[in-house]
Formats: sequence, C-alpha cells, structure tokens
Amino acid sequence: MEAITTLIIAKYNYWAVILLIVIGLYAMIAKKNLVKKIIGMNIFQTAIILFYVSIGAKRGATLPIIVHAHGDAAHAIHAADYINPLPHVLMLTAIVVSVATLGVALALAMKIYFHYGTLEEDEIQKKIMDREPDKVATSGEHL
Amino acid sequence: MKRLGLIAIMVFGGLLFSISFELPDLGDARSPASTHVSPYYIEQAIHDTSVPNVVTAILADYRGYDTLFETAVIFSAGLACFFLLRITDRKAPKARFYRHLATGLTLRVEKGGRLPEDTKEFERIDSAWVPSDVIINMTCRLVVPFIQLFALYVIAHGHHSPGGGFQGGVIFGAAIILYAISNNLRRTLRRTSERTSALLGSGGVIIYLGTGLLCILLGAGFLNYSSLSLVPGLDPVSARSYGILIVEIGVGIAVTAVMVWIYYNLASAGKLDEGL
Repeated sequence: MEAITTLIIAKYNYWAVILLIVIGLYAMIAKKNLVKKIIGMNIFQTAIILFYVSIGAKRGATLPIIVHAHGDAAHAIHAADYINPLPHVLMLTAIVVSVATLGVALALAMKIYFHYGTLEEDEIQKKIMDREPDKVATSGEHL
Repeated sequence: MKRLGLIAIMVFGGLLFSISFELPDLGDARSPASTHVSPYYIEQAIHDTSVPNVVTAILADYRGYDTLFETAVIFSAGLACFFLLRITDRKAPKARFYRHLATGLTLRVEKGGRLPEDTKEFERIDSAWVPSDVIINMTCRLVVPFIQLFALYVIAHGHHSPGGGFQGGVIFGAAIILYAISNNLRRTLRRTSERTSALLGSGGVIIYLGTGLLCILLGAGFLNYSSLSLVPGLDPVSARSYGILIVEIGVGIAVTAVMVWIYYNLASAGKLDEGL
C-alpha cells in the first residue's frame, strides 16, 4: 500500500498529461466537426504545457525569482532552492503562440464554412466529390 | 473510423503509460531536466544581467533568438488571419440599422438609401443588436482602465515579479477585446483602428529586431545587450537589464496588437463592420 501511494505521488503528473494527450488526440482523429478538432488540438497543447511545467518542479523549491538579489542582504544562490526556470520560459511563449495559432485555425474554419456552408468533415468531402471536375478547378481560383 | 481511432488512441495511451514509470519522479531535483543547464541559469543570471526574475533573464537574454522568432510567429499568425479573412472590397451591406438615441426608434436603411451618418442623434447598430445591459456596460467601462494599468505594471515589473511582455501584452489585448465585446466593434475601431493594430504589431517586432541590430552596431553580437553600456552611466550588467526591458516592451506591444487584430478579423468575419 505504501509503495503504491509513493508511486502515485511520484508519477501522477504524467498520468494527467497522458489523459489530456489521449483526449486531445481522440478529438482530432475521431470527431468530424472541425471546431471540435481544433478544441482537441488545444487540449493537446495544454497537455504539452502541463508536461513541461511539471518537469520543472522541484520538491521544497520556490519560484525562480531570486530573493534579496541586490544590496546587503544578498547571499549565495543554490540551484536546489529554485525550480527549473527553463520549462517555464519555453511554455510562456508557447501559450501565447498557441492562442495565435488558434486564431489562425479558427480563421481557416470560418473560411471553410463560408465556402461549403458546413463544418462537418464528411459533408465537406461529399460536396467536394459531388462537384464536376471543371467546377472544382474554377472554384479553386476564388480560394 | 471512430472505433479504429479509439483503439489506436488506447494503444498509444497505454504505451505512454508504460513509459511514465521510467520518467523522473515529480519534484525530483536531480532529474535530467534540472541538472544540465538550468543550475547555471539560476546561479549566474543575477550576476550576468542583474535581473532577479530568472525566467525573464532567460527569455529575453540567454534565449533571445528563440523569443525573437516566437514574436515573429505571433505577428505572422496575425498576418495570416488578416490575409485569410479580410474582405477589402467595400460592398455596401444590404441593409443598415440606425437607432434614434432619444426615442429608441430603429431605422432600417435599405441599400442605396441615404444614411444619417454624421448626426449625433443616430447611432449605427448591428443587425443582431440587443439593448445593452447597463450592468455589463458600466462594469466593463470601470474595469477596462484598471486592467490596462495592470497590464502595463506586468510588463514593466517583469524584472522583479512574474510577468513580462507576453503576459502583459495578452492582458492589455484582453482589455481592448473586453471593451469591444461589451460595447461594439465600431466604437472600438474608432479608438484602436485596424491600421493602428497592424502598425503596432509590426512595430513591436521591429523594436526587438532593432535592439538586436543596435547591439551589432555598437560592436557586440546580435542581441548581446552588454554593448549598450556605451551609453554613459551604464555598466555592462545593468545594460543587459535595460536591454531586456526594451525587448519586453517590444514584445508587449506586438502581442497586444496582434491579439486585437486577430479578434477584429475573427469577430467580424473580415468585414470589420459588425462585431459580436
């Protein structure tokens, strides 16, 4: 029992990440609605962010802002007292970039909706198949 | 297809789960990620840059190239939204709606009809207009300036507390978007026009790039802020601190403008006529 509890405490962050990754991937693969696919992609990104941030954690350490950095109270800095700042830096930019790419994805979905009148993948595919070849070629110019 | 996807996902999840036992424990100070380069950052950042917030020091100095190109990615995402959605031919809409402010009467002006454009008595409203809630309107009007002030604080205080250009920029952009949601898009566009947001977006990236090029001109490597110490009264270490501040301000401006720009294009489907 004791061993299982230690195991859960040591690894539960990875299991949460895996759960989120699986949910996101499933939404991207199995859902037919494009907006649901985009939401799946965002859940996947969240999983990656959680993975990086949980890697940076250190037991008993505080956030990476040096206390008493200047002046007379300044003292020696031990790396073990501060959590790993590198994953935070990487994810800080990744969060904002993911918002920006979400905007691009939604813009693309909007464009598809205006063109085909639907966001369901199978209906879009049917509309593409139903068209005559020459009509597809001319409509391609508008895109 | 759905069942196939589910099976594939289950196998993938199972593989990841079996790997998770090999990964370092949560909070392990001796994990590979925390032993190679990050102790150097934590111990030396304050001596190299005199910035107590190690995250800011890494973001804008040690990994300056990374952040520069992330900013460029954000700007190009804004550009992509613009080119995908923006409709530039000015075709007049089928009907426009105007509200007489004194009586609350709604006018419907058909295509080709004369528009009461420059009067103070009429206000243009969206076709899906609903009477605005006084509580929402007033709360947002009161809250928006404080959010903007807080955003400026987050940008300026990124050296000493959690914060910086990205976070502050997003907060500032959110304040403008909140204003656009609680009022309407046209009123927001009068205050922060599309041209302004596009110019500020590129301007922020140019501030970042220009700082890097200035460092070259002053005789050091690209984005090596220590060369800014040619300014009298600055030693190389505090020159790095100021270089980081300039760069963060550039990032903040770029992020704010791009968030607002993306919102404008998405909310009005590229017409910048009627918003949400």
